[in-house]
Formats: sequence, structure tokens, C-alpha cells
Amino acid sequence: MQIKPILAALRRHKAGTVLIALQIALTLAIVCNALFIIQQRLAHMSEPTGIDEANLLVISNQWAGHRSPQEVDAQIQADLAALRQLPSVRDASPSDGYPLTGGGWDNYVMLTPEQIEKTTDASVYMGDEHMLDTLGVKLIAGRNFNASEVMQMTSRQVVIPPVVIVTKALADHLFPDGSALGKPIYSMSSTPSTIIGIIERLQRQDVKTWSKPYAYESLLWPMREDTDGLYYIVRAKPGQLAAAMRAVPQALYAQNRMRIIDPKDGGTYAQIRERIYDSDRGMAILMCIISAVLLAITAAGIVGLTSFWVGQRRKQIGVRRALGARRGDILNYFLTENFLISVGGVMVGTVLAVGINLWMMARFEMARLSLAYVIDGVIILLLLGQLATLAPALRASRVSPVEATRST
Amino acid sequence: MFAYYFELGLRSLRRNPVLTGLMIVTIAFGVAASMTMYSVFRAVSNNPIPQKSSQLYAVQIDNFGPQNNQNSEPPDELDYIDAMALLRAHKAPRQTALYPVKLSVISDDASQFPIRPTTYAISNNAFPMFDIPFLYGGGWGAEDDENRASVVVIGRTLNDRLFHGANSVGREINLSGHNYRIAGVMDSWDPKPLFFDLASNGGFADAIQLFIPMSRAVDLQLITAGGTDCGAQNYGTGWDAFLRSSCSWVIYWAELPSKADADAYRQYLRDYAAAQQRAGRYGWAPNVRLRDVSQWLDYEHAVPPESKLSLYLSLGFLVICLVNTVGLLLAKFMRRASDIGVRRALGASRRTVYAQFLIEGATIGLAGGVLGLLLTGVGVWSVGLIFDAQIARLATLDFSLVALTLGVAVLATVLAAFYPTWRAAQIAPAWQLKSN
Repeated sequence: MQIKPILAALRRHKAGTVLIALQIALTLAIVCNALFIIQQRLAHMSEPTGIDEANLLVISNQWAGHRSPQEVDAQIQADLAALRQLPSVRDASPSDGYPLTGGGWDNYVMLTPEQIEKTTDASVYMGDEHMLDTLGVKLIAGRNFNASEVMQMTSRQVVIPPVVIVTKALADHLFPDGSALGKPIYSMSSTPSTIIGIIERLQRQDVKTWSKPYAYESLLWPMREDTDGLYYIVRAKPGQLAAAMRAVPQALYAQNRMRIIDPKDGGTYAQIRERIYDSDRGMAILMCIISAVLLAITAAGIVGLTSFWVGQRRKQIGVRRALGARRGDILNYFLTENFLISVGGVMVGTVLAVGINLWMMARFEMARLSLAYVIDGVIILLLLGQLATLAPALRASRVSPVEATRST
Repeated sequence: MFAYYFELGLRSLRRNPVLTGLMIVTIAFGVAASMTMYSVFRAVSNNPIPQKSSQLYAVQIDNFGPQNNQNSEPPDELDYIDAMALLRAHKAPRQTALYPVKLSVISDDASQFPIRPTTYAISNNAFPMFDIPFLYGGGWGAEDDENRASVVVIGRTLNDRLFHGANSVGREINLSGHNYRIAGVMDSWDPKPLFFDLASNGGFADAIQLFIPMSRAVDLQLITAGGTDCGAQNYGTGWDAFLRSSCSWVIYWAELPSKADADAYRQYLRDYAAAQQRAGRYGWAPNVRLRDVSQWLDYEHAVPPESKLSLYLSLGFLVICLVNTVGLLLAKFMRRASDIGVRRALGASRRTVYAQFLIEGATIGLAGGVLGLLLTGVGVWSVGLIFDAQIARLATLDFSLVALTLGVAVLATVLAAFYPTWRAAQIAPAWQLKSN
């Protein structure tokens, strides 16, 4: 295929050529950034929590009346005893938060009491001796809390339990040599907490960008919170989540009616995930819609303009056919023409795509666009261009040599 | 002439139905996508108190110091000591310390479960400051703040629920086990975003239904339902130690009617912080901020980044749609090169060619706008798929959005039609006739 005559012909259709190339460039720039955003959001949504999500449910329980800390603590104990006796429930634990709460308690962690700069920042979970079994996390070293270690915390009181269980991620960050077990840590206090156990994995309460450097760095303290509310984390027996979902609030209200169970907080992990990843899912859907419509419109634009060109050049095509060009030559001509325009477009588009990504990195905390997305985008657009050209090009190839003799 | 060209435009819509349909759909999609995203953006970037946004100021004092603050900015809230000192000094015409609290409304009727409406503890100045409207009664008096009285202002929704909409001023309600006398019932009032507290729940949560005096809330040792930032310090144990600590948790707003007032207040804040430094409470130079409502909304990033990103993206989408339209219009107009040649040969000036084709472009734009309007309706209705429900319900298709959709569609298409029209007007009459 001769490229030179095609380029010469394109020079006579500057406007159309530039318009198609520009459209391909802009589409590429947006589509590969959109694909990248979709991938980022989906990756964020699929980060594991490390807990037995399929069987867990969380109840946000707030106390309604005015009660002393002792009364609250007695009520929590009674609630937990009632929950653990339910036939559909395997275990239950009180807590101050749960993975994917969307925000919660986090503490700076230091290695010595004098240290001013933090070593790291850890999500803090409270729980009693049932917490590990309730969450379904795997203890990989050391031991669980025992009942006598569980402390009470009332409003605006700083309680530092002498023992702590940490995640492997936190243990490795604090003690990279793997010697974490039995070592003291200092969490915004001069009172040490000794690491008695290490669990495999536990996601943070907050999954926003700022906490990304501390992902999976969590610590568990043996405590019950006797303030104005708490969470009950309940692990249902396998396959009995729906039954537990019905039975748990009933059992709690049967214990005491003066409480508020917040329907907008907690729930099953399917609900919790939906809530916390709301905007991520939304952005992924939006990017999918925009990319699909954009590709469709670009294809339609190429079909439209190519059809116009075919219409304009019927006479020339006829002449070429009369001079011995085969149908395949005509088809090839239009496909090559589109390919040349598309290559020009994707070159400009690549620069634009990187530019948009740099701008988003500065303004929207985006990561750097990986080259794979640009390559994917380039392939998609080149194929799209060829497919869109195919129909008008086929029509062109069917122009009969007789056209050469017609006047228009 | 306009009517005639418009009619020609309409007739031409039918001439190349596929090409024309493609253009109309392209414009409709482009306009609908950007208008849907704009409707969300408009809702989240709304000025919640336009009549006073340049008179209300958020007050910040750095009580953490350069070692612990973030990017040299003071924390969003004050500590209790500073908040009470500013309140006592009373240097602004009106001011309030405030914080969100958790209180449960407990019904006398034992069959009713307790409920927990959105509640803030404030000073009485807040009612006139924030232009809070009243259905019955009004805010409590200064003496109630002073006496740490058990008074409450309830919202209209709560009043409807508890008292079936009757005037409940003077009656008592039980909040978390304590009785409060109702001083007033608010009319519907729901500034979005909730400018004075964006941090606690993003600024788009349910409307406030309860206000109690902050002095009373502190007496009851009600902790804030918002954030508490103690930096790296350990404040000890108990409520009194917490109040004496430099933990930031009290939101503070001042009303300063003129710029001179604001400058004077800023100077007062600097002097106050300098005095704290001299007294040894702060080990650093005064670092204070006074931001009015729009500066505050900006600083707090009240507009979610998702909303901005999708607006920019949809505008980029509109641009691509327009580039597409330019190409298609060019094809459509140039197909009629011979018509134009004949018209020009018969004496039509370039100007009339311009007029005719721009009006034809506008006709296509109008058709695209009408279809776009339908799609915008679908978009606004299904925006909950993409955005949080609290934000999605704020996006509405009102008259101004309808007008804007049609306007943008017509204007954008006319703009897109300029180049193809110019090309059409360049067609030389003689050459076209000769080739025929």
C-alpha cells in the first residue's frame, strides 16, 4: 500500500483530518485516565479486611437514658451474655469500632516513653477476650487476652491496658527483626503495653487516602467502653447470618429498651462495604458510562465523516476502479487513511493523557498513570477507528467503475 | 428572515436523518452529562447562608504549636480554655462556641423507642447569628446560658412528631434522662452544607432538630459527637482534666458586620494568643485564623473531590461531543455545496449564508437540547447510583437548570457551527456551477 498518495489526499481534507485526529486524541486522553481510575477504585474496594466478613454483623448501640458507668458496664455484660446464648450466634464482643467504619480511634505508637516523633499511627480496637474469635482473625504468635485482663473505660478517661495484641503489619513496622512478641510499646502515654499476641491481618477503621501508609496497622486493647454507646460485633454460625440479623436486635431490646440501634451504622458486611465504598463504586460506574458513551460517539463521528468523504470521492473511486484498482485496494485505501489519522491522534492523545494524569495527581490525590493503560487505550482506539471505517470503506469498495463517467 | 431560515433548518433536519440524528444524540449526551454533574456540583458548592456569608467567621487559634499542627495551620476547633476566654471577652457583636452532642429524646409513651436527632450545644447568640427562623417562641436568653439552664430549642420535624405540630413552647421534654423546657420551635432550617460544622458528618447529614445551651452540655459532661484532637498529649483522667487540656474540640464562630470589625477581631485574637505565649501556655508565636463562610468552605474542602472530578470530566466529554459535532456539521453542510453555489450565484451574500447555516446549527442545538433535557432528567434521577444518597437527594432539575441545559446546547452547537459555516460561505458560486 502506498502511503504517499494517501497523505497527499489528506492534505486536501485538512479540517476533517484534524477533527478526527483531535477527537481520537481527546477520547484517548479521557478513556485511559477513566480506565485507570476504574482500576484504582476497584483495587481499593477489593482490599481484604482480614476478618470473617461472610458471618459478621455489627450493631451500633447507643444508650438512651442517663446511667452510671457501673450500670452501663453491667448492661453490656448482660447484653453480651444474651447474645452469646442465641442459637444463631457463635460469639460476640464489644468494641469501639470495626474494620471499614469510615473513621475512628487511632493512636500514635512509639517505641520508648521519651520519644516525641511517632514511629507509626495505628488503628485502635477495643474488645474483650472474645474479640479474636468473633472477628475470625488468626492468631499467629503469642496468646489471646484472658477475661481478667479486660478493663473498663469511662468517658474522658485515659486507660492504657498493660497488654496489647497487634497485627503482623504493625509488629513488622515496629520491630522489623521479627522480635515484637513480649516487647513494650508506648501509645501516647508513658505507660507501656506489652505485646502478648500477633494476629495475621486486620484492616483499619478508616480507608481514606491519608491512612494508606498505615494500612493494616491495628492494635487491640482488652477494654470495654462504658460511655454513651458502643458497637457489638457478632459472629453468626455459618449460614445463619440472616437469622442472627433478626435475633440480635430482638435480644437486645428484650434486655433493655432504653437504647438506640442506628440503622445507618453497622449491619452486615455487605451493607458496611456498600456504605464505605459508595463514592468509589460511584466513580467506577461513572467512568464506565463515560468511557462507553465516549467510544460510541467517537466511532459514530468517524463513520459520519468517512461516509461523507466516500460520498465526495465517488467519482475518483470510480476512476481508480476503471484504471484497474480492485475492491480490496479501495477498502485498503480507506482503512490505511484512517490508520494514519488515528496514529496521529493517539500520539497527541498520549501526551494529553499524561498531562491530565499529572494535573489530577496534583489536584485529586491520584496515582501515576501506568503505561499499560495508555497502551490499552491506544489499541482500543486504533481498533475502534478501523471498525468504524469498515462500513463506509466497504461501501466505497462497491462503487462501480461506471461512476468515473458520471458528471457528479 | 429568521423564521424562514429556522424553517429551512427544520426541513434540513429531515434531509440526512442518520447524520442529523447522530449530531442530536451527540449533543444531547454531552449536554446531559455535564448538566447532571453540574446539578450535583451546584448542590454541594451551594452557599448555605448567602445573606451573611461575609459576616460570619470561623475562629482558629493554634494551640498545638509548629511541632504538632498540620502544615502550620491551627486545628479546626479550639480547646475549651481558649473558647471560654473568647466567649467571656465578648469582643465581637455576636459569637458562639458550639459542638455536636448526642442526646436521646425519650417519649413518655413506653411503647415508643427513643430517638436520637442531630443536636448541637450552642450559645444563645447563635440564633440571630445564623438567621435561624422560628415557628413558635424563640432562642433562650443570655441568662439561660449564664445559669446553665435546662432549656431547649426543637426543630419543626421533631415538634410535629412529639406534639403534632402544636405550639409546644413552655412544655418539657426528656432528653437522655433529663427534663428540658422548650424555649422555641424552629421553622424548617437546613443549611446545606452545614457550614459551621463540616467535619463531624461531612456537612450533608440530617437537619438539626435540637439545640441546648453549651454551658448545660458541659455541666452534663456530654462529650462531642464530632472530632477531638489532642495532638500528641496525654491529658490525664476525668472530665475536668479534659476541660483544662489543650485538646481541640470546641467550634467557634463570630459575627463581624464590617471588614473593620473583622480586622479588629483578628488583631484581638493575635493579642490574646500573644498573652497566652507570655503566660507560658503557648511556646510559640501567635498563629490565628479568621475565615469567612466561603473561605471556610474552601479551606475545609466542602465540595467532595469526586464531585469536582466528575464535573471536569463531563465538561471534557462535552468538548469531545462538540468536536464530533463540528466534523458532522462540516460533512452535512459541505454535502450541500452545490445548493450553496446556486444560492450564491443567484445573488445571496456571504452574510445570508452565514445567517442560514448558523440558524440551522442552532436548530440542531435546540433539538439536541430537548433530548438532552430528557437525558438530564434521567441523569439527575439516577445520580444516586454515583453519589452518596445524602448528596444525591440535593441534586434537582429546576427551572434554571432546564434553561441552562437548553441554553448550553444551543450556544455550544452554534459555536461548533462557526467553522463549518465559514467553510460553506467560502464556496465560490462560479466553480460550483461549472462543475455541474
